[in-house]
Amino acid sequence: MTDVMDKPAFKVVGTRPVRPDGVDKVTGKAAYGADLVMPGMIVGKIKRSPHAHARIVAIDTKKARALPGVKAIVTAADLPNLASEEYEAGESASNLRDLALNVMARDKVLYEGHAVAAVAATSAAIADAAIALIEITYEVLPHVIDVEEAMKPDAPVLHAHLFTEGLETRPDLPSNIAKRNQIARGDLDAGFAAADVILEGRYTTQAVHQGYIEPHACVASMAADGQCEVFASSQGQFMIRTYCAKILGLDIGDIRVTPAEIGGGFGGKTTVYLEPLALALSRQAGHPVKMVMTRDEVFRATGPTSGAVIKVKLGATKAGKITAAQVELKYQAGAFPGSPVGAGSMTALACYDIENVEIVGWDVVTNTPKVAAYRAPGAPISAFGVESAIDELAIKLGIDPIVLREINGVKSGVKAVYGPTYRDIGYLETLAAIKAHPHYSAPLGPNQGRGVAVGFWFNVGGESTAAVHINEDGGAVVVTGNPDIGGSRASMAMMAAETLGLPVEKVRPIVADTASIGFSMLTGGSRTTFATGMAVVQAAEKLVEDMKRRAAKLWDVPVESVTWANGAAVCNDDSKAGLRPMPLAAIAAQTARTGGPLSAEVTLNAQGAGPGFGAHICDVEIDPETGHVSVIRYTAAQDVGKAIHPAYVEGQIQGGVAQGIGWALNEEYIFDRAGRMENSGFLDYRVPVASDLPMIDTIMIEVPNPRHPFGAKGVGEVPIVPPLAAVANAVRNALGVRMCDLPLSPPKVRAVIDAKAG
Amino acid sequence: MPHVVVASDDCRPFTGDISAFDVEATTVRRMILELDARYPGLGEHIRRKMAVAIDGEIHQDADDTALGADSEVYLIPKIGGG
Repeated sequence: MTDVMDKPAFKVVGTRPVRPDGVDKVTGKAAYGADLVMPGMIVGKIKRSPHAHARIVAIDTKKARALPGVKAIVTAADLPNLASEEYEAGESASNLRDLALNVMARDKVLYEGHAVAAVAATSAAIADAAIALIEITYEVLPHVIDVEEAMKPDAPVLHAHLFTEGLETRPDLPSNIAKRNQIARGDLDAGFAAADVILEGRYTTQAVHQGYIEPHACVASMAADGQCEVFASSQGQFMIRTYCAKILGLDIGDIRVTPAEIGGGFGGKTTVYLEPLALALSRQAGHPVKMVMTRDEVFRATGPTSGAVIKVKLGATKAGKITAAQVELKYQAGAFPGSPVGAGSMTALACYDIENVEIVGWDVVTNTPKVAAYRAPGAPISAFGVESAIDELAIKLGIDPIVLREINGVKSGVKAVYGPTYRDIGYLETLAAIKAHPHYSAPLGPNQGRGVAVGFWFNVGGESTAAVHINEDGGAVVVTGNPDIGGSRASMAMMAAETLGLPVEKVRPIVADTASIGFSMLTGGSRTTFATGMAVVQAAEKLVEDMKRRAAKLWDVPVESVTWANGAAVCNDDSKAGLRPMPLAAIAAQTARTGGPLSAEVTLNAQGAGPGFGAHICDVEIDPETGHVSVIRYTAAQDVGKAIHPAYVEGQIQGGVAQGIGWALNEEYIFDRAGRMENSGFLDYRVPVASDLPMIDTIMIEVPNPRHPFGAKGVGEVPIVPPLAAVANAVRNALGVRMCDLPLSPPKVRAVIDAKAG
Repeated sequence: MPHVVVASDDCRPFTGDISAFDVEATTVRRMILELDARYPGLGEHIRRKMAVAIDGEIHQDADDTALGADSEVYLIPKIGGG
């Protein structure tokens, strides 16, 4: 039995209080990246490449520098030329050379929108004029965007130093294939030989953007003594600090980063674009510099996730037991190596207990923006292929698609395809929940179809710091170093309140700057409520122990005779019978007599984040005139561990589903023949809006994670994994034809309808 | 003694075709040192690139974590997120 199962019913955890940051956000008072104004502040802008691939022959800034009001111009010549070095700062290691070259091109531009120069001026208009006056001579090179085209031997090579890793022998020539990875177990040939049915499919997805509403923005200032202040919207102020220091050759201790509110990140704000340039401009200009991207720049120059090709081959018995699975994944990495194909490979078959497996992944550079993390990076792409293939298998075998998944589903004690043995997982429970839900048996109308798909994400822990301070009046302040992108302020306050025995309204959560709290890894990987929450609980527990000690001192009894209940010390010493409990506020009012302020800080490296699983049902209706697909009903079940704030868990599930539906139906990067993006705005790159979607019903399955004091698991990533295939499987059910290429946009659907009509 | 398995081909440049090892170690740190002694360079590769799943629970950068005599240890690529 786990700790969480032994705890009495919670008073705060599991309730739905109003979020502490809610009023500021709905009244427009919250300070986002672009909102800070500093004395003497000037405006920074970036000149970007019009070419998808070109050599930079010369950069002439003389005319721009002569323009009145121009205070600084920075090119790669003003930045250190970094060597190739893997360095951990965000969640996992990044190559510092590639990171710096993505911030500012040096010898070559590798995608349209690649930064070539930056200007700071006294007004935006002057900065724009200076940008136009910078003269750049390019030698335009052939470009390649499609992932399979980029893998061909005669493809234009982006990096002369890139030799494929993961092959039996090192290749003789450079190519765009950065890495091959492989996961295998069992005997694939024997598995297919044992199958009664074998099917194969090829599926494709296009690059899609995270689509956060707030563009990247920052204000940065470097003083004459080298002390730096950065105010930025990101998923990690410590990540910003480290990357700025490394790219500019500064000491980490000379940089203080204050996290602004963040208007969405979804993984896309786990790296730097503007911040090092704003600091470099400030260093030259002697003024604070504000930089704010336009939406066009966000699309052209910040990380989308990969477009991909997914090949799936499945073998199964007539009874529905999958005997073999072979998956090949080819992912665009963008301009530098590092697509999420590794995670895509590990997650591809993570829901299935299959004896004979081979998964091969290819990481391929292309003349597109370097991909950035996007919610469960890599997993939705591979799940689209696998879950579509599973749906085809169910049709071919005449087996209900949920039952087929149950027959082959993983449970605790089963070895994951990627290696470890699962424990404390709730996958089969999510399948049972959607099978029993009224949605699954509801009748469908004309032109309507229903699809099912499942998904998996690991969730992560990692390094976190939290401090809890008790105020003189008995309230508390919780200080953490993780930007609040999904309601984490509320969950931190709730876990502290639960532990201390306070009403949640008495706990004030603060997201601190890098000088005011110890290091925390960024907010991402669904880690914050799990890992930072664990630090918060441990800090609150230290305070409880301290307050018991102080109450014992005030009562003049041994500390062993004092317990803590309902926010008060309780004396159990027989000699003090009749003593009333001493509330937290009474202890807080006497700290000077008992040893000074009540405060505790905990640092930890949280391990054992429990994996999450989801199972979704999607209903669509297709307009036969236009080919438009409407999602008319959606139900998502997920193993969430223990929901600390159920409304925000539901919100995470609904948000992930909404993004997955956009990925399935509308979103895609469209390039012209020159490799220039043609739809770099929300009018032409269409994310779903509220009126496009039905109410997304959620089912929270609570299989507690024994590693967390309240049983929490990460919840933010799993819900984007199944929707691509759930939508596609519903369209298959409605049309009677499998569509394998996302997005399932009206022209493609209409073409299928026309083809069926002959 | 703990049984260590590499499920993917990530360690192949160091270990060749060998993907499973019995390692005399009581902590993750000792396990990495032992593997590095057998396959020079593998230790640094594990520290930079790999997570360690111990009896089904994923650990990252967890040197002090204890290994049981019968622990099942999988080396898997480090995991980030969005």
